[in-house]
Parts: sequence; C-alpha cells; structure tokens
Amino acid sequence: MIEINKLHKSYEMGSSSLHVLKGIDFKVEAGELVAIMGSSGSGKSTLLNILGMLDISDQGTYDLDDIRIADMDEKKAANYRNRFLGFVFQSFNLINYKSALENVALPLYYQGIARKERQKTALNYLDKVGLKDWSLHLPSELSGGQKQRVAIARALAANPKVLLADEPTGALDSATSREVMALIQKINNEGKTILVVTHENDIANMCKRIVHLKDGVIVEDKKIKQNIIKDV
Amino acid sequence: MFNLERWKEIFQSIQKNKLRTVLSGLTVSLGILIFIILFGLGEGLKNSYSDLFLNEANNVIYIYPGKTTKPYAGFKTNRIIELKNEDVDAINEEFSSTIEYLNPRLFVSEPITYGLESYTFEISAVSPSNQLIEKHVLMKGRYINEKDLFEKNKVTTIGRLVARDIFKGEDPIGKFINIGSRAFKVVGVFQDISGDTEENKLIIPYTTRQQILKGTDVIGTIAFTFDQSIGGSGAVKLSNDVKSLLKKRKSISPSDPSGIRIRNVADEIDRSLQFANALQIIITFVGIGTLIAGVIGISNIMVFIVKERTKELGIRKALGAQPSEIIKMIISESIFITTLSGFFGMGIGIIILNSLDSGTLQDYFITRAGVDFGIAFFATIILIVFGVIAGYIPAKRAASIKPIEALSDE
Repeated sequence: MIEINKLHKSYEMGSSSLHVLKGIDFKVEAGELVAIMGSSGSGKSTLLNILGMLDISDQGTYDLDDIRIADMDEKKAANYRNRFLGFVFQSFNLINYKSALENVALPLYYQGIARKERQKTALNYLDKVGLKDWSLHLPSELSGGQKQRVAIARALAANPKVLLADEPTGALDSATSREVMALIQKINNEGKTILVVTHENDIANMCKRIVHLKDGVIVEDKKIKQNIIKDV
Repeated sequence: MFNLERWKEIFQSIQKNKLRTVLSGLTVSLGILIFIILFGLGEGLKNSYSDLFLNEANNVIYIYPGKTTKPYAGFKTNRIIELKNEDVDAINEEFSSTIEYLNPRLFVSEPITYGLESYTFEISAVSPSNQLIEKHVLMKGRYINEKDLFEKNKVTTIGRLVARDIFKGEDPIGKFINIGSRAFKVVGVFQDISGDTEENKLIIPYTTRQQILKGTDVIGTIAFTFDQSIGGSGAVKLSNDVKSLLKKRKSISPSDPSGIRIRNVADEIDRSLQFANALQIIITFVGIGTLIAGVIGISNIMVFIVKERTKELGIRKALGAQPSEIIKMIISESIFITTLSGFFGMGIGIIILNSLDSGTLQDYFITRAGVDFGIAFFATIILIVFGVIAGYIPAKRAASIKPIEALSDE
C-alpha cells in the first residue's frame, strides 16, 4: 500500500538547515495498523506529512497504492489527498462554523458529490462513530472526544485507502483516548490501513506494528501483539 | 462558472461570519456613499454656474467707447471717443461673414408719462436685431422693425412689467406714451425669461432717438452676435479685430487699453465655467481619494480575512480542495459582499442626494445636486473590481500555502 525509499527532508531555518529525515525506508501493507513513535524532533510528524502529501520530500521515492507520488502539481495532489488519504489531527481541525454533519460532508463536496447524497453518506459515518444524534451541533458544542470522533468520521467519509492520524489522542484524557483508539481499531478491523503517530507507549501498543524513529532514521520496526480494547 | 453548490458554501460562510461580512461591506458602502455625495454636490455647484448664464445669448460681443489714456497721432489723452453710424457700417462691411446681428444702442434717460402719471423705466434705443440678441419673446403686437428704423417712426415695444405698471390691464397696443416731450405709439409687448430687468424696458428705434437729438449720428454702444461655428478662439480673434478696426478709425493708440473696450460674453461664461469645472475636478479628486481609501480598506480587510481563515483553508486543502477552488471561494465571497454593499452604498448615496433640501442647498450655491447614474454605477463597478483584485492577491497566496503550514497556524 505504502512504499518509501531513501526519503530525505530538510528544513531551512534561516541560514542553517535542519536535516529532519535522513533516509527512511518503509513499507506498509494493506490492512496494517502502524504506530510511528519517537520523541519530539525525531521526524515522525514530518514523515506523516510527507506520507499525507501535505509536505514534499527533498529526496527519495514514495509510492502510494502503486502510484508514484512525485512532481505533482497542487491540483493533482489535492485530488489524490481527497481520494486516497484521510487525516486525523491532534487539534481536530474541524471548521468551527460548520456543524458536525457539514464537517464530515466536506471531503465529499470536494469530490463533487451532490448535497443530498453527501449528507446521507456523512450521516452514515457519524452513526458509525456513534454521533448520529449530534450531527447538527457545532464543534464548540462537542467534547474533545466527540470532536475527534467527528474528525475520524470526516477522514473516513471519502473512503480513503489510508487513514493518517497525527497524535489523535494528544489532546484527550486517557479514558477518551481509549474510546478513540477503540474506534480506530474497529475501523482497522474492517480493513482500513491506518498509520498513527504517537509518543505514548500505551497508544502504540494498541496498534499491530511499531516503527520507532530517532533523529530522522528508523531505529526499530517490529510487529507486536495488539492490545485490543474491549471495555468501551 | 456558476456552481450552485459553491454558492451554498459561500452563503454559509457569509452567514456564519457576520462581523467580517459587515466590516468589509461597510467599508465598500461608505466609500461609494461619500464619493456619490461629494460628486453630487460638485455637480450642483457647477449647475449653479451654468444657470447664471443660461438665459443670455453666449455669442454676444459688446463694444463700449471710453476715454483715451495715451496721446496718439496728434491727439491728447483723455479724449472722449464716440461711436458713429459710419463705424457701425464699417464693422458690418468688414466682418459681414462672421457677424450675425449688429445692434447699435443708445441709452435714453427721459421721463415717461401716460395720462397724468409719470414713470421711470429704462429706455433702449436700438435696432430690431435687439430682439434676437436679448432673446425677447413677443406677447402681443410686434417688435420695432426695419421700416420704423428707416422712417424714424415714434413707436415703442414695451416690456411685460412696463405694460402691467402703466396700463394696468388695459390693452396697451395703439396707445400713446410720452417719452420726454414726444408721444410714442405702443406697437407691442415682450417678455424675457431672464427676468425683470429686461421686462422693465421700453424699446424704441435708435434712428428715431438720433433724430430727436437734432439729427446726431452718435451712438452709445454696439452689440453684435457672431456665427457660433467660429468657436471660442474665433470669437476672441473677432473681438480683437473689431477693436483694432475701431482704434484705427478713431486714431487711438494700438496699445491704449482704454478708448475702446470689448466685452465678450462667451469668454466670461467660459472663464466662470472653467472655475466651476476646476471646483468639480477638485471635488472629483477628493471623491477618487475616498474611493482609493475604500479600496485600501477592502484590501486590508481581505488580507485580514484570509489570514483569519488560513487554518480553515489548510483544512479544506487537506480534505482535497484544489487551489483554484480556494481562490474561487474567496473571490466569489468578496465579489458578493462588495457588489451587494457597493450598490447598497450607491442607493443610499443617491437617496441622500435626492432628499437634501434644495432650499438650504441654494444658500450654499448648490443647484440640483445629483449624480449621473452612469458615473455612480461606474464608480461602484470600479470599487468592486478593485475589491476583487484586493481579494485575489491574498487568496492566491493562501491557496499556494502548503496545507501543513496552514494547519500549524494557530
């Protein structure tokens, strides 16, 4: 599903440059649930942004579902993001003046799907994350866990091949974190490929594979026994 | 280009962000409003000037004899110049191609009596062309004519107010009025839209007056109209030529500013209208200034709006919005708001202009304050266009920003 080779990325910081990713080789099969771990500054978010086509690499190759992601213009990139990738962010990134339903329907709007159909699909996904009754509420009227579930519903709405979650539980308490992770496990079990960036061990242990990043290189990549959440 | 879904998206954004909408709308409305009011008042000032000269034939040149101020050709200074019949003939001959009507005039100061009452009115001893030059309109009877001039008839055509004061409802035609010690037969009554001054006059043939003055051939002043097609510069040249001709005939130094004086009405109107035009140009500049201030206002607000929405735009991009989609969204919003508030401001401006009390305005020398709809419309369009350009630049920047940068913008 995902294959990257010798990926490099530097950031220009005024006159000096910061080498964040120093040759990453990495492969993810369909249906995997991968945790990308590392302390802050290890390059894990940068990697996720490149995988999510939110940022571009300096060197190396990236193939997503056997399609080479390189030299894309913004238009094509936007199209790929829309169809292949779903994003979940630490700070939810919901549009604050749109209701939960409208937020979930937004990726479908950019696919050119008609309003009625959009709302039907969006309501389906809200139901899936258990927020059908909250569909008309604004983000400001939802709790943190609810916001993140709306964000997950939105990420799923366009039926992407890969779900990318950047510290999805970073802004949540541990009980809510478990709820969100349970939802992620459920979606993964339905066959969706999911990458989760985290620096928390217990979150990582809820995944099926852990990739450890340190100073821009992968220092560890192992399959683990998944800690399945049952009590939610 | 028109996309119902996009407009729904835009209306939602406008509705949910009222402060921002009102803020940018207000700037545009205010800019247009001030422009239209200023421009309208300027137009009113200009109208006042135009009205001042509306009722006078504007192709008239008057010749006044005066006193010389320089010795010349053996004559001393302070010689009093008199125009004579032969001068009129000479002008007529020399400039027959450009002069339309020539009117020798003598001003008469004589007591007027009718029955037992006596009156004071201005008396003009002129030629029949006076009617055309002064734009007298006959109400009754006839104007003095060429035959009167030739036969030196004692006839008079009187102004409307003269008829009213002397005859008080009686039919004046055929009655005799005494001018000085001579009886003149009233042959007609005229009116003049330019007002009371002309309607308080009695018109008699100048030749009759000359005969009464013991057969003199002296005339007071000469007025003549010229063919309009010679234009403003042609008129100036004509008046100069007439002046030189008369100076030569009267042996006046060519450099003497006095002796013969010429008054060119067209020239005077031109100068006054130039002043009014200059005023309006200044006002228009101030108006354009407000428009520019409006444009700068919108630009600032657009930059602010886009900045405020950077994160939202980042989210939209992450969800698959194409850059062009982002630009279209911002531009459409900006067009919608500026158009609506632009025409709103224009409407309010026109309403205010129309509702201004014309009496009060008259005190400030403003007549019919108003703005041409085309100009108002044009100014509004200009503001909208610049509003769109002002929106386009930050929108383009926002659309090209990487989603990740937009998302990290807190």
